[in-house]
Amino acid sequence: MAEIAYWEAIRRAHDEEMANDPLVIAMGEDIGVAGGTYKATSGLFDKYGPQRIIDTPISENSYTGIGIGASMVGMRPIIEIMSINFALLALDTLINAAAKIRYMSGGRVQCPIVMRTPGGTAHQLAAQHSARLARMFMSTSGLRVVTPRGPIDAYGMLKSAVRCNDPVIVIEHEQMYNLKEEMPDEEFFRPLEGAEIVRQGEDITLIGYNYSVHLCLQAAQRLESDGVSAEVLDLRSLKPLDRETIRRSVEKTHRFLIAEEDEAAVGVGSEIISVISEDCFYALDAQPVRIHAADVPVPYNHRLEKAAIPSADDVYEGALKVLGKI
Amino acid sequence: MNDSDKKRLLREMIFYRRFEDRTFEAYMERKIGGFLHLYTGQEAVATGVLDMARMGGGDKADYVITGYRDHVHAIKSGAPAREVMAELYGKETGSSRGRGGSMHIFDPTANFMGGYALVGQPFPLAAGLAMGCKHKGTDQIAICFLGDGANNQGTFHETMNMASVWELPVLFVCENNMYAIGTHIDRSTAVRDQYKRMCAYDIEASQHDGMDIETVLEASKKAVDYVRKNSKPYFIEFMTYRFRGHSMSDAKGYRTREEEQEWEKRDPINIFAGKLKKAGLITDADIKAMEKEIDDEIENDIIKFAEESPEPKVEDLGKYVLDDNPDPRWIGPLQQ
Repeated sequence: MAEIAYWEAIRRAHDEEMANDPLVIAMGEDIGVAGGTYKATSGLFDKYGPQRIIDTPISENSYTGIGIGASMVGMRPIIEIMSINFALLALDTLINAAAKIRYMSGGRVQCPIVMRTPGGTAHQLAAQHSARLARMFMSTSGLRVVTPRGPIDAYGMLKSAVRCNDPVIVIEHEQMYNLKEEMPDEEFFRPLEGAEIVRQGEDITLIGYNYSVHLCLQAAQRLESDGVSAEVLDLRSLKPLDRETIRRSVEKTHRFLIAEEDEAAVGVGSEIISVISEDCFYALDAQPVRIHAADVPVPYNHRLEKAAIPSADDVYEGALKVLGKI
Repeated sequence: MNDSDKKRLLREMIFYRRFEDRTFEAYMERKIGGFLHLYTGQEAVATGVLDMARMGGGDKADYVITGYRDHVHAIKSGAPAREVMAELYGKETGSSRGRGGSMHIFDPTANFMGGYALVGQPFPLAAGLAMGCKHKGTDQIAICFLGDGANNQGTFHETMNMASVWELPVLFVCENNMYAIGTHIDRSTAVRDQYKRMCAYDIEASQHDGMDIETVLEASKKAVDYVRKNSKPYFIEFMTYRFRGHSMSDAKGYRTREEEQEWEKRDPINIFAGKLKKAGLITDADIKAMEKEIDDEIENDIIKFAEESPEPKVEDLGKYVLDDNPDPRWIGPLQQ
């Protein structure tokens, strides 16, 4: 066991998967000689060379398409997009090609690509570097969407994503790259599907994914000092959703809150409320609450930015509202 | 090329013409739905280019990819014609199991990697196929067929740049029929000669008559050999014309009857048949017999197969979205 940062965990997954299978390649802007904006591929260019750690021009749609084409003949490309905002340029090849090729070929051609990208606000990066967009990928048939909350999942899920035969979107977060966790030294895999109860509780379920899991954990700690036992559920996979684990938790606590960093409309939160309404409506003792970003493009000014994005305090207060304490 | 090859190529082009004519009829009978884009008039291009490549599928054959006008490219690559027709009929026995239709013929056993409806999308996919071949160290190449209209997409410029920088073994075949659906190239594109655009990417390029299959064969042989030998991209442009509308819903109001008649004089099948007749290799009676044989095959084998094949089962609606037999080690369930 050793303490390892999120970015180091991603780097280790790349390294191991590339050593394991010569068909695994990585491509993206500045990932090679420069080592990657978040260091996720640092040192690998020297180890694997320019044919496998490929520095691309700033052409997101087509380098993603090249990765997809390569995957159709057996390659296993890990495609990095520097910010999820730039992934909008690659939506044609991701959504019109990668997500649909298996289906429209009648299952005869597959596209086992991995697209990694950070989504979320960091510090004053303003509207064009702070999008989340998880909800957009989550709504697309033919994709898998996962949201590792820490180094263990970042490592173990990336390794699974490389080996899985479907296109997988891995949504990271700019504020998590330096987050540390104790991680085993030996190789392991974390499954792409399945929500996880990361804190047991009795009175309310706080549902999060990606960065918002940490807001839920902080809120749960504060609630504990108020005498409230909060369960924290990490969705881990937005597509497909683990409805069973969600249902079991809500049937235990009878109350829930969903925290997301994205805007609310047609979002992860609305989907979670929908599936809970469908699966266990009568288990609920209280109206749910959605914690989410303000319905604005993310502002530059630090006070405005802070006001636009949910905090652990917001989750805490939301939980009190569900519990009828405010 | 020997005499029997010449006769075979003529037969292939007539077959493609009759195949497309028959899909037209089936469409009018509402046996075929959706959009249907016919290749009529452009036969010499796909037939000639792919005759100079390695066809037939497997780890030696070249990869082929194209847009939505894809029936002929698929068949010439080695996809069984009856499966292509069954796909147009939406049947379970179709090339794409009835899930793709006319615009999305796939046959990986023939290394035919699909028809795509997003104009320009096959450019990067083709470069990716070529990257895969290069990475694995085979001498296979990727061949990408698209029309002139695709060249105004961002993917065109992005892909040409990367194919050149990374020296990918991909042959881009531009079938310049001068119309992007209903907009003439002079009204949409700064340069009519598409091969000239390649100087911006340092890619070898040339332009040829796409109505004369002998010209197509000769130019394609050089291009295919260049790509394979040098592991570099090549852009080959063929001037051609589609005799029918863009799709079945096209009234062709954007071009004159005079222009169409000029091009019809240059029908690739008539040009080649004329040459073979002049050389004494074939007579009108031989061609009539060939047509009869082809029509019989289309009717009694291909159409019959499509008609008699079963539809996909509604309970299979959710198949093929994701891997239907995933490995639980990567997928789960998660141990709590």
